[in-house]
Amino acid sequence: MFSKAFAVFQKDFHSEIRTRYAINSLAMFIIVAISVILFAVGQEKISEALTGGLFWVVIFFTAMSGLARAFVSEEERGTSLTLQLTASPSIVFSGKLIFNVILVFCMNTVIALLYAALFESFIIQNFLLFFLSFVFGNIGLAISSTIIAAIIAKAGAKGTLYPVLSFPILLPLILSSVQLTLFALDGTTIEQAKFELAIVVSYDVVMLTVSYLLFDFIWKD
Amino acid sequence: MRNYSVSAIDLNMTFGRRLIFNGINFSFDEKGIYGISGPNGSGKSTLVKIMAGLLTPSKGKIIHKSSDKEIIPEKLHNYIGFVSPYLVLYEEFSAWENLIYYEKIRGILLDRDLVKELLKRFLLYNRRDDLIKTYSSGMKQRMKFVFALIHKPQLLILDEPTSNLDEEGKASAYDLIKAKAEKSIVVIASNEQTDLDLCSETLDLKNYKAVN
Repeated sequence: MFSKAFAVFQKDFHSEIRTRYAINSLAMFIIVAISVILFAVGQEKISEALTGGLFWVVIFFTAMSGLARAFVSEEERGTSLTLQLTASPSIVFSGKLIFNVILVFCMNTVIALLYAALFESFIIQNFLLFFLSFVFGNIGLAISSTIIAAIIAKAGAKGTLYPVLSFPILLPLILSSVQLTLFALDGTTIEQAKFELAIVVSYDVVMLTVSYLLFDFIWKD
Repeated sequence: MRNYSVSAIDLNMTFGRRLIFNGINFSFDEKGIYGISGPNGSGKSTLVKIMAGLLTPSKGKIIHKSSDKEIIPEKLHNYIGFVSPYLVLYEEFSAWENLIYYEKIRGILLDRDLVKELLKRFLLYNRRDDLIKTYSSGMKQRMKFVFALIHKPQLLILDEPTSNLDEEGKASAYDLIKAKAEKSIVVIASNEQTDLDLCSETLDLKNYKAVN
């Protein structure tokens, strides 16, 4: 099964390299969002808490601008029927999920590097905790974004529906990830942050299970 | 080739309050060409999509069997070849790249000789490395036949198979349909009399509009 899912990922990656739709929109959004924050902040020194919050605000809205492409592009081009005739739903979902996980990691690594370079107060005290929250937060973001993209792909007003539907679903993940980032910035130990870490890991497991159960119904009709 | 059969039991399809068809029963269990006809909007495309497992009927069910064993929906795509006006290939890839990705995603090893023969039969072999977006609508239609046949399906479903094809393309398509029907089941949904003339049995959907 993995080789077939990887083939779906390869197809999407090759397609993205040729069309550059998601990469361009994500790159532009990251640059614009961080520039706006920098201009808004000006010479003010912002607190660690605010930096951690703004970090996840940029991640959330950047994800909203590009991650829906996984399914929306198939639906808009009319190729979803072709894909349905070629692979089972679980393979399609796995392939799209691999693509979105890699895209989210690349996107958020760039955002983290830009934050570290441009914001004085973005100094990570507990790197391991930041790494764990970054990894599990990104996986949760990719899983939720992929299944929501599949749901909204067949709808009319996709652009509006995606962030509106994503917000309540992603809220527990975003709140916990913001808290974990704050802990990493103020040097809290992993032991003290284990409750928030458990929430993020549980969120990932629940979303992954629900997504695989739901996807058959979403994909077919 | 294993014995294949497809049968419909009391199929009913509605979109909202609009009845598309009702009470369809059939069983295609012998190799050959079967037709589905009916006026525009009678539900030909809907019925073939249900047959291909792409849509779920409002009532009733479709049963696919291979060697008397029922095929589960997750595996159905391995047994079916489908040509339809709604089918779109990846335009940013060449014909060859499309076929290679389908090979990888299906997890099968394509018979390269068969692929070459199909591309040559549909006059696409010399254009196999060109992007699909540079193809004419007739070439795209011919490419859909190649896509539908590369994995040697046991059931070939053709929705408006000769749309956009010139006389040469139609002749190639008819030869191929006749050859395929000697080994498997071919279902044609069409309004074209020349398409329906190939069929041994035809299901006319205008007879399935009444509510029981």
